[in-house]
Amino acid sequence: MSTLQISQLSKSFNSDIILDQLNLKVNEGEFVSLLGPSGSGKSTIFHLIGGLYTPDNGKITLNEKDITGQKGSISYMPQSPSLFPWRTVLENVVLAQELFEKPDKQKAIKMLERAGLGEYINRYPAQLSGGMRQRAAFVRSLLSPQSMICLDEPFSALDEFTRLDMQKWLLSIWEEERPSVLFVTHNIEEAIYLSDRVLILGVRPASVIQEITIPFERPRTESLTLTPDFLQIKKSIFQTLRGIDND
Amino acid sequence: MITKFWLPISVILIIILIWELSATFFAIPDWILPAPTVIFAEAVSSWPNYQHHIFATIHLTIYGFVLGLMIGLIIAITLHLIPRLREALYPLLIMSQNIPIIVLAPLLVIWFGFGITPKLLIIILVCFFPIAVATIDGLKQTNPELIHYMKMAGATKKQIFIKLELPHALPSIFSGLKISATYSVMGAVISEWLGANQGIGVYMTLASSSFRTDRVFVAILFIMILCLLFFGIIIGLEKMLIKWRKDGNE
Repeated sequence: MSTLQISQLSKSFNSDIILDQLNLKVNEGEFVSLLGPSGSGKSTIFHLIGGLYTPDNGKITLNEKDITGQKGSISYMPQSPSLFPWRTVLENVVLAQELFEKPDKQKAIKMLERAGLGEYINRYPAQLSGGMRQRAAFVRSLLSPQSMICLDEPFSALDEFTRLDMQKWLLSIWEEERPSVLFVTHNIEEAIYLSDRVLILGVRPASVIQEITIPFERPRTESLTLTPDFLQIKKSIFQTLRGIDND
Repeated sequence: MITKFWLPISVILIIILIWELSATFFAIPDWILPAPTVIFAEAVSSWPNYQHHIFATIHLTIYGFVLGLMIGLIIAITLHLIPRLREALYPLLIMSQNIPIIVLAPLLVIWFGFGITPKLLIIILVCFFPIAVATIDGLKQTNPELIHYMKMAGATKKQIFIKLELPHALPSIFSGLKISATYSVMGAVISEWLGANQGIGVYMTLASSSFRTDRVFVAILFIMILCLLFFGIIIGLEKMLIKWRKDGNE
């Protein structure tokens, strides 16, 4: 279905080199996290994949098709839910699909019910809690016709408890649908808990400095985050990131 | 809710009461300032004689307002879609509002004759501006986060405009409409001064030149009623079309 390959991607603004020779790959049905400190160029990577910027060098392919500089090749979920206040929840979640084809409202309603938003389909975003809005935004990206989903720090604005709930919920939905996911975050625990692979980004210029395959079986439970193996990985990532800061 | 409704009503009633009492107390002649009761009596008794003037003005106002609305929206959307044009024409747009209508009106008659054209032009001129400015601002203030989302999701420029910018600007458009709706009645009355054979403006000119001050006030009363009526219709439409804002405040 969907394989994303980024090769030798470079981008600089004026004389500021943001990305230098970045390589990464997201395989079919794989959940990959990009982990890096703030200002490591994570958003720039997304803007490049989304086709908002064109790279100075390098290539982005989706299923071996060149999508460099092309808009609308991936499904996107931003940091803020970005729901339209004048659309009801149902109208909002079909928006991304609406841009390309006739929206499938029945499917949307089913998906919203599974997301626990069944009672809220005709409400407006302002009437929902922060977590519910994020869930609606994720449903919107799932309903989008593209099979590759890019999530840009989707839970960073939520409080810790909502965040944990959202991570569990995201995993449960993801395990059923199995879309390919590229997940950007600066939260180490979140990256390990959710992903098949974690890529650690170095800062300025950004490039993948370490790749960690997460060995835990799915479905994963919350108690996983307290096991020695989990903490060991967390520690090693933490040290790698500390190493970046100390340079 | 009840106080919100009764507060302005009671203020108006108190003013009318003071007016009535002072008119009687100081024995002011009717041709200078008639008492509210005199005006009211005239309004009721002469209704068959002047009602056609009111309907003529309503017609003219609606025509002018609809044209002004369309022109205002077309200008706003064009200037929004072509930023270079906006930079070039925005000052001109503002200058169009600095021309005193009283001076322009006779010129329009010289250019276009006594027909309906110069009258409509005056209403359009006072109406289009609030709508155009409010719409341009509304379109420009679209939440950048939402625009960013739409771009990342692969929306075309047209989709961004129709699905995002236009609905986003709707509340602003309505603020412009409210101002224009009241201006349009004034515009219609002024345009009728130019030389029409019917309308509130004509009735008013005839009344004031024959020192029928009571009739002048009847005209003023109906101008106010028409303004409120148009304003009310716009607010009604706004409530129908923009449900989300109200709900959002809960």
